[in-house]
Amino acid sequence: MKRLDVLQSKPNASTINPCRLCAPLGASLAVRGIAQAMPILHGSQGCATYIRRYLVSHFREPMDVASSSFGENEAIFGGASNLGLAIDNVVSRYQPELVAVATTCLAETIGDDVPGIVKRWVRARGAGAPAIVHASTAAYSGSHAEGFTKTVLAIVEQLAEASERSEQINLFAPMSASPADIRYLRRMAGEFGVAITVVPDISDTLDGPSWEKYESIPSGGTTLTELRATGSARASLSFEGALGAEVTVGKMLEKRFSVTNHDVGMPIGIEGSDRLVEALSQISGQATPRALTQARGRLVDAMVDGHKIFFERKVGIVGDPELVVGLVAFCRELGMIPALVASGGNPGRLRKALDGMLTGDSLLLEDSDHDEIAETARLLGLDVLIGPSKVRSWARHLEVPLVHLGFPIHDRFGASRLQTFGYEGTLQLLDRVINALLERRQSEAGLGWAYL
Amino acid sequence: MVELLEKRKSHVLRTGNGKIEVACEKPSLAGAVSQRACTFCGSRVVLYPIADAIHLVHGPVGCAAYTWDIRGSLSSGPELHRLSFTTDLREQDVIRGGEKKLEAALRELIDRFEPKAAFVYSTCIVGLIGDDVAAVCRRVSCDTGVEVVEVNSEGFKGTKKDGYLAACDALNTLIGTGDTTGIGPHSINILGEFNIAGEAWIIRDYYKRMGIEVVATMTGDGRVADVRRAHGARLNVVQCSGSMMPLAKMMKERFGIPFIKVSYFGIEDVSKALYQVADFFGSAEMGERAAELVADETRELMPRLRAIRSEIQGARAAIYTGGAFKAFSLVRALRTLGVRTVLAGSQTGNADDYKLLAELCDEGTVIVDDTNPLELAQFLEELKVDLLIGGVKERPIAHKLGVGFCDHNHERKRPLAGFHGMTEFAEEVRSSLLSPVWKYTSRGPRAPLPRPSGET
Repeated sequence: MKRLDVLQSKPNASTINPCRLCAPLGASLAVRGIAQAMPILHGSQGCATYIRRYLVSHFREPMDVASSSFGENEAIFGGASNLGLAIDNVVSRYQPELVAVATTCLAETIGDDVPGIVKRWVRARGAGAPAIVHASTAAYSGSHAEGFTKTVLAIVEQLAEASERSEQINLFAPMSASPADIRYLRRMAGEFGVAITVVPDISDTLDGPSWEKYESIPSGGTTLTELRATGSARASLSFEGALGAEVTVGKMLEKRFSVTNHDVGMPIGIEGSDRLVEALSQISGQATPRALTQARGRLVDAMVDGHKIFFERKVGIVGDPELVVGLVAFCRELGMIPALVASGGNPGRLRKALDGMLTGDSLLLEDSDHDEIAETARLLGLDVLIGPSKVRSWARHLEVPLVHLGFPIHDRFGASRLQTFGYEGTLQLLDRVINALLERRQSEAGLGWAYL
Repeated sequence: MVELLEKRKSHVLRTGNGKIEVACEKPSLAGAVSQRACTFCGSRVVLYPIADAIHLVHGPVGCAAYTWDIRGSLSSGPELHRLSFTTDLREQDVIRGGEKKLEAALRELIDRFEPKAAFVYSTCIVGLIGDDVAAVCRRVSCDTGVEVVEVNSEGFKGTKKDGYLAACDALNTLIGTGDTTGIGPHSINILGEFNIAGEAWIIRDYYKRMGIEVVATMTGDGRVADVRRAHGARLNVVQCSGSMMPLAKMMKERFGIPFIKVSYFGIEDVSKALYQVADFFGSAEMGERAAELVADETRELMPRLRAIRSEIQGARAAIYTGGAFKAFSLVRALRTLGVRTVLAGSQTGNADDYKLLAELCDEGTVIVDDTNPLELAQFLEELKVDLLIGGVKERPIAHKLGVGFCDHNHERKRPLAGFHGMTEFAEEVRSSLLSPVWKYTSRGPRAPLPRPSGET
């Protein structure tokens, strides 16, 4: 891996066009995957509203996030009473089964004792209180992606119970799993006769049908019973090993409740999907069913059909660290050159995770912003980009086609239906990459070939 | 019947029972899921369209990331406003203070982008860690010669309205610093027009046709140099009164410049705005030009409006806007189209606004202040609303229930102001009401709509 000299002189006190959002966004999204749950962001009203607007534009679904609506008094004297009032009002209006309180940088900095406030609220409420969990998600100490994993960990850690070993199989979905990805993961497990409990499960809550009656909290999501049973599950499937974190929800359950954790890394590409299938086979004790070998075969067939189109094409990959790891692996399988790999996520992990996957032709930018990524891309002559909507702000000037993927997708429809995981998801992505390359060739050729 | 939290009851009113008081201008109720944002948001949206300035958000990354290229405010030249600049404070900065990082950021950005000014927005954290932002701004201004303006927009300081005030304060520090030589007697500033989808250009063109010189538009397609010499104008014409009235008052006090309140949405309101300005200058010729303009423009759009009206009249609309002033215009514009407003509300209206709104609307209309998704959803169902007009956050509430939606907020892509905008607005409303897709939703088809008898 090299770094261009030109970039070393780049000023760096400011961030220009951030490639990262704040942790409470990830927290709000994670909570939306829990059945009848409501997130409360402990801080100013604006945090909740901005995050709602951002998530609504991606999913095009209602996304209610409550706030403890700090004013000047709370910032000075602490937000305990406002948080209590917020929980009161949320419980009264939404009748949630779970309330998740996530902190913003404001509450973290003044040092509000959220666990204590919550404990007092529950005691005062007595019987009939919903379950309440809390997650510490200050914006200055991690990205949206970390806010998501931290919140999932907090929820499971605070709810999982020891009990007689059940048949439940936990699957911890990463933030980059779209509703359609989750549905497909469930189908894949179903082929083995395994019913998985996805945590968190946004497949219905953020990709639901048209309604007859307004649902205060969209139906779907992981139930409280399932969350409690994560501690007595037979096994966990998780993808968090992709970034090599020391503390993950899968590892935590394994340590505390001896739930066997199968961490398969990101299930993108042939090998990533194979690892998932092997784990499912191991858990179920079944050989790989025909439906999945067929799906794998179709992916291989498509890769063969298209190999000349993508071979040694230079691809730029921009996104959250875990997704980037999966995409780099897949692009290597295709023989594409991941010429630019960039993420706004915190540094260190990504570089380590990509060790050995990137060659001398690759540039890695960690903890980066779109200004730096764009400036780098300009020098590289990329053939295609894979990344979220914000990439478009500069890709259009470079005239490099963008395959929309990741978060956020604000300028296209169907973010909830985009698939990347497993054989089918990978195939969908492959088709999109190939077509982006073909379209470029088509528009560049004066002939405008009708056959390609 | 719609369920309301006890503390929300006074914020909701049904017109027609004599009482016309709506509780308002209060901090949002914790846990009520307000549609409002924060003080920072108020400042950010007002100053955002100034296209040749650096807008540096001093704080952790989120506040800047969520407001990157957020408004469809167009510029005819520089586009610095479409970039997102932040000091991206990390844990160590919060512990040790962010002044050094702020100063370095300002210097490198000014060096690279050569802006005409820089605005530094303080976020919640900055208010807590006690950075002396003013001192940094002064120092950098002094050294670079580029005016750096502090915006006191810490999110927790109040509501969005307090953010408007902070933005007005920031503008006020620039106004009065430019040369006003050459500004003629028939000159105005346009306040509270943000050039979403090019709307300021439409309005400026009307004034130009009337022989009026526009000194500064604040802040649509805005330029620092124009703001600096805005005190040379003879009149401030204020739209979106919620955000810009404080500035109009400041300018009246400092420079004796009078102001009038107008709106450019809907035929009635835009016509009235042009006539009011002509009246102010007392020029018969200008009055004639205004009359001619109104006649020409109206003649052009009326056939299409009549056709659309015949297709959609009788429909029922709900309006939820940021400021209340826009709601008045929308009620009137919808009336032009034969559409009845059954719910009208805003995030930041005041007592006078709601009184006017209640008087303007038909009996039985629900007036809401600082509402939330559950209230809105229940009203959409109870009032059998066909179309909701609001912003992005309200859209899915309507769509989930099979109710049409029209975006009248920052992200609209069609200009809805002026005469041309009225046609665009009518087309927007029509395309939602007449779409066949509703047939497949639980609400069922919108067309043929119930039409008042005797009308076609």
